[in-house]
Amino acid sequence: MNATVAVSPMLLDPYRITRVTEETNDTFTLELSPADGRSRFSYQAGQFNMVYVFGVGEIPISISGDPTVDGVLVHTTRAVGTVTKVMHRMKKGGGLGIRGPYGRPWPMEHAEGADMVIVAGGIGLAPLRPALYHVLSRREKFGKVVLLYGTRSPEDILFRNELELWRSRFDLDVFVTVDHALRPWRGNVGVVTTLIPKAPFDPHSAVAMICGPEVMMRYTALELHKRGVPEYDIFISMERNMECGVGLCGHCQFGPTFVCKDGPVLNYSRVKHLIAKREI
Amino acid sequence: METLEPILAQHPFLQGLDPAMLSLIVGCASNVRYDANQILFEEGDEATQFFIIRSGHVAIEMNVPGRGAVTIQTIGEGEILGWSWLLPPYLWHFTARAAELTRAIALDGTCLRTKCEQDAPLGYELLKRFAHILEGRVESMRLQLLDIYSER
Repeated sequence: MNATVAVSPMLLDPYRITRVTEETNDTFTLELSPADGRSRFSYQAGQFNMVYVFGVGEIPISISGDPTVDGVLVHTTRAVGTVTKVMHRMKKGGGLGIRGPYGRPWPMEHAEGADMVIVAGGIGLAPLRPALYHVLSRREKFGKVVLLYGTRSPEDILFRNELELWRSRFDLDVFVTVDHALRPWRGNVGVVTTLIPKAPFDPHSAVAMICGPEVMMRYTALELHKRGVPEYDIFISMERNMECGVGLCGHCQFGPTFVCKDGPVLNYSRVKHLIAKREI
Repeated sequence: METLEPILAQHPFLQGLDPAMLSLIVGCASNVRYDANQILFEEGDEATQFFIIRSGHVAIEMNVPGRGAVTIQTIGEGEILGWSWLLPPYLWHFTARAAELTRAIALDGTCLRTKCEQDAPLGYELLKRFAHILEGRVESMRLQLLDIYSER
């Protein structure tokens, strides 16, 4: 007789922090390994986990590591709420509960053969980093790859060492801009949308992936469309009040969409009529 | 005689402009070059020209007491720097500094204003092109004002 065991989607797996990296003054990266040392964790670029800090609470955090590397789970987040502030004080060896991975990933297969435009704003670079790792591990399958990254100031630049490394590659175009800067900064100043008209890609054969604050994604999508990228080739990663992670509780409902289950990666053409609506 | 006309004709700001209008504009143009950190103009100075950037980039700065010079925007290749020459009192509201070696074409604002007054279609065409740039800059500034990356 074949027996099937239903695993509850609300069940946590215990993980241990193996490394803590301070990215900026309020943003940090945690590397995690299964506490039992045996479990494997596989995910696709763009998915997220529900991360539980015992005795404090549970929050959704996108996965920011390399999906082609087994055994290490990486989360990058900003210490802004009760849970993330406690998480920021945790040290190597600390324990966390993980549920996931959840949600629809970035459409990597759809992007194969096309130019790829990745537009990140602030902490939005974290959910896009796995997409870049994916592309770099199969570089020959993609056309031109352009990363446009905007953040608040030079001090807020995330993954600085990696950005410099990517910038030095001949098969990747990386442009960084900040909203304002003091004099030692010699790079671009201005919002990320100002990079789009000059970015080197073919808009008629490009797939765009955007992640950042909703206002930034809205104007970025408009600017990409103005440049000639079809709306159905623009994808955004939404963040709403995800609680259950599996489309049961309804907290993350966005019009007819549950962001945790139907997203967080959504086709812009599907949600463009909703993202500027005040009531939604 | 070789003029700046072919270079101006290729610049995105003037692309597609009627050749007769372009000839009028060329008479107000001169080639300029700024080393890194060289000042193009300073806040409060008379705004006598605007710049069509060919290469390099320029930082637009505002002096903030206690913080020093804060860069609020950079203007690079293919872009236009300055519109204070268009509107009275013709004074610069910001300081512009070359962030690296920058090559540009400077257009004499007084010369251009005179030609625009005499040639209304030229004036209208230039104003339309400047309005398009201003729209983009205002939109960017609104996003900057929202400070979308700050802690909410």
